[in-house]
Amino acid sequence: MLPIIRVQNLSKVYPVADKEPGLVGTLNHFFRRRYKLIEAVQQVSFAIEPGAVVGFLGANGAGKTTTLKMLTGLIYPSEGTVEVAGFMPFRRERDFLSKITLVMGQKQQLIWDLPAFDSLRVNAAVYGLSDAEATRRVGELAEMLALSDKLHQPVRKLSLGERMKAELLAALLHQPQVLFLDEPTLGLDVNAQTAVRTFLKEYNERYNATVLLTSHYMADITALCERVLLIHRGQLIYDGSLDGLLDRFAPYREVRAEFGRAYNREELAAYGEVEMLAKCEARFLVERDALVHTVSRLLAELQVVDLEVSDPPVEEVIGKVFLTGAVA
Amino acid sequence: MDDLWIKARTLLAVQYAYMLEYRAELLLWALSGSLPIILMGVWIQAAAGGRFGLGPLDFARYFLAVFVVRQLSVVWVIWEFEREVVEGKLSPLLLQPIDPVWRHVAGHISERFARMPFIVLLVGLFFLLYPQAFWLPRWTDALVFVGLIVLVFALRFLIQYTLALLAFWTERASAIEELWFLCYLFLSGLIAPLEVFPPLVREVALWTPFPYLVHFPAGILVGLPVDVPRGLLVMAVWGGLFFVLNRWLWRRGLKQYSGMGA
Repeated sequence: MLPIIRVQNLSKVYPVADKEPGLVGTLNHFFRRRYKLIEAVQQVSFAIEPGAVVGFLGANGAGKTTTLKMLTGLIYPSEGTVEVAGFMPFRRERDFLSKITLVMGQKQQLIWDLPAFDSLRVNAAVYGLSDAEATRRVGELAEMLALSDKLHQPVRKLSLGERMKAELLAALLHQPQVLFLDEPTLGLDVNAQTAVRTFLKEYNERYNATVLLTSHYMADITALCERVLLIHRGQLIYDGSLDGLLDRFAPYREVRAEFGRAYNREELAAYGEVEMLAKCEARFLVERDALVHTVSRLLAELQVVDLEVSDPPVEEVIGKVFLTGAVA
Repeated sequence: MDDLWIKARTLLAVQYAYMLEYRAELLLWALSGSLPIILMGVWIQAAAGGRFGLGPLDFARYFLAVFVVRQLSVVWVIWEFEREVVEGKLSPLLLQPIDPVWRHVAGHISERFARMPFIVLLVGLFFLLYPQAFWLPRWTDALVFVGLIVLVFALRFLIQYTLALLAFWTERASAIEELWFLCYLFLSGLIAPLEVFPPLVREVALWTPFPYLVHFPAGILVGLPVDVPRGLLVMAVWGGLFFVLNRWLWRRGLKQYSGMGA
C-alpha cells in the first residue's frame, strides 16, 4: 500500500532573536538585534500508511509541533520533501485542505460567544457541504461524541471536555482522510480523555482515517497507537512499535516487594535503584539482564512477603529518555 | 455561484449573530466615532465670523455627513489580524479552503448592519436638537453616495489589510496604522473640509487616497461641488496599487509566517 504521508530529510531552521539580560542587553537588543539559528527539525524521514494511527512523542521543544506544521503546510520546510495525500502541503491547494485537519488542544477555532452549531454552519459552508449533508454529518459525529444536546449552548458555557469534543466535531465535519492531532486531550479530566480516545478510535475505524497524534498523556498513545515516532532535539530517534520502544529504551524491569520488616534505603540499594520506599514496601528498577539473579538474592537475603515484577510505566520510560538523552 | 452564495450568506449570518452579542458595545462603538460632531461645534463657531466659504449650516451638514461616512466605513482588521499572527490564531484559519480575509470582510459588513439602528438613532437625535440643519439630499446624490460608500469601505479595508500584512514581519503592524491614521486625520477632510485648505495643500491632498475616504462621499451627500470622475479614477489607481501590494505581501508573508505560538 502506498504511504499517505511521506517525509524525506525534513529540516526546519528558525532565526530566533537572542537578547542578553539586563538594561544593557535590552539597549543592545534595541539598536542591534542579533539572531541565532535554531535547528528545530533535522533530517527527519518517515512514511505512514493509510488508516494507521501513529503516536508522535517528544519532550517540549523537541520538534513535534514544527513537524506537524510542515505536514499541514503552515510553515515551509528549510530542507527536504513532504507529501501528504499526494499533495505538497505548503502549496495549500483546496483539495489538500479538504483532506486534512489539524486539532490543537490548546487552540480553539469555535466562536466563543456563539453556540458551537453556528461555527459548524460556517465550517459546513466553507467546505461546500449541502445543508442536508451537513445536518447528517453533525448528527452522526455528535452522537459518536455524545454531544447532541450541547451544540446549541454558547461555547463559553461548555465544560473543557465538551469544548474539546465540539472542536473535534468542527475539525472533522468535512471528513478528512488525515488527522493531525496536537495534544487533543490536554487539560481534560480522565473521563473526558477516555471519551476523546474512544471517539478517535471509532472515527479511525469507521472512516479508515490516518492519524498522527502528539500527546503528553501516555494513555492516549497506549490506547490508540501501535506505532510511535520518537523525536529528540529535532532528530527522529525511534520509529517502530510501542513494545519495541520499551525494549530499546527501558532495559530494566520494575520490582515491587513487600517485606516482613522495615529496611532502610542503604540496605536495599544493593539490589537495584530504589524508586520508592514506604515502611515495609519498596519499588526497585532492576536491569533486565540481572533480574533473575536479583530476585533470587532478594528472596534469599531479605524477609520477602510478596513480590511482583512488571514493565515500568511508559511515561517513566519516555521521561527517562528525554531526561538523560539516552538516545541511539 | 450557488456555493459562493451559501458561503457568503452563512458567514454574514453567523457574524451578524456574533455582533448582536455585543449590543451595549455597538452603541459605545458608534459613539466613539463622534469626533466629527465635536469638530462640527468648533467649525460652526468659527464660521460665524464669516471668513470661510462655508456657512454654519454647511459645516453642520458636512460634519454630520462625515459622521455617517465614518460610521459606515470604519475598519479594524489590522488589530484582529495582528493578534491572529502574533498569537498563532491564523494557523487554523489557513487550514481551511477559504482565504481568511473573507471572515474579516463578513465581520465588518455584519457589524455595519448591526450598527445601523444606532446610526439612525444618533442622526435622528441630532436633527431633533438642531432642526435648522435638517436637509434631504437629492435622490441622485443619495444613490451615488450609496454606491460610493461601498467603494470607500472597500478601499479603506484594502489599505488597512495591506498594512496589517506587515504583521508577518513587524508583529506590531498597528503602529504603522497609527502613522497612517495621522495622515488620514488631516488630509481626509475629517478635521476640516477640503474647501478651507490652502489651494496647494488641497491639490496635493487630492492626489492621495485620503480625501476620497471621507470628504468625497460626505461632499456628495451635502451637495458640495466634487469632481466625481477624478475621484473614482484616483480611488481606482490607489485601489489597484494596494491590491497588487496586498497580494505580494500575502505570498511573501505566508513564507515568513512561522506559526509561532500556534
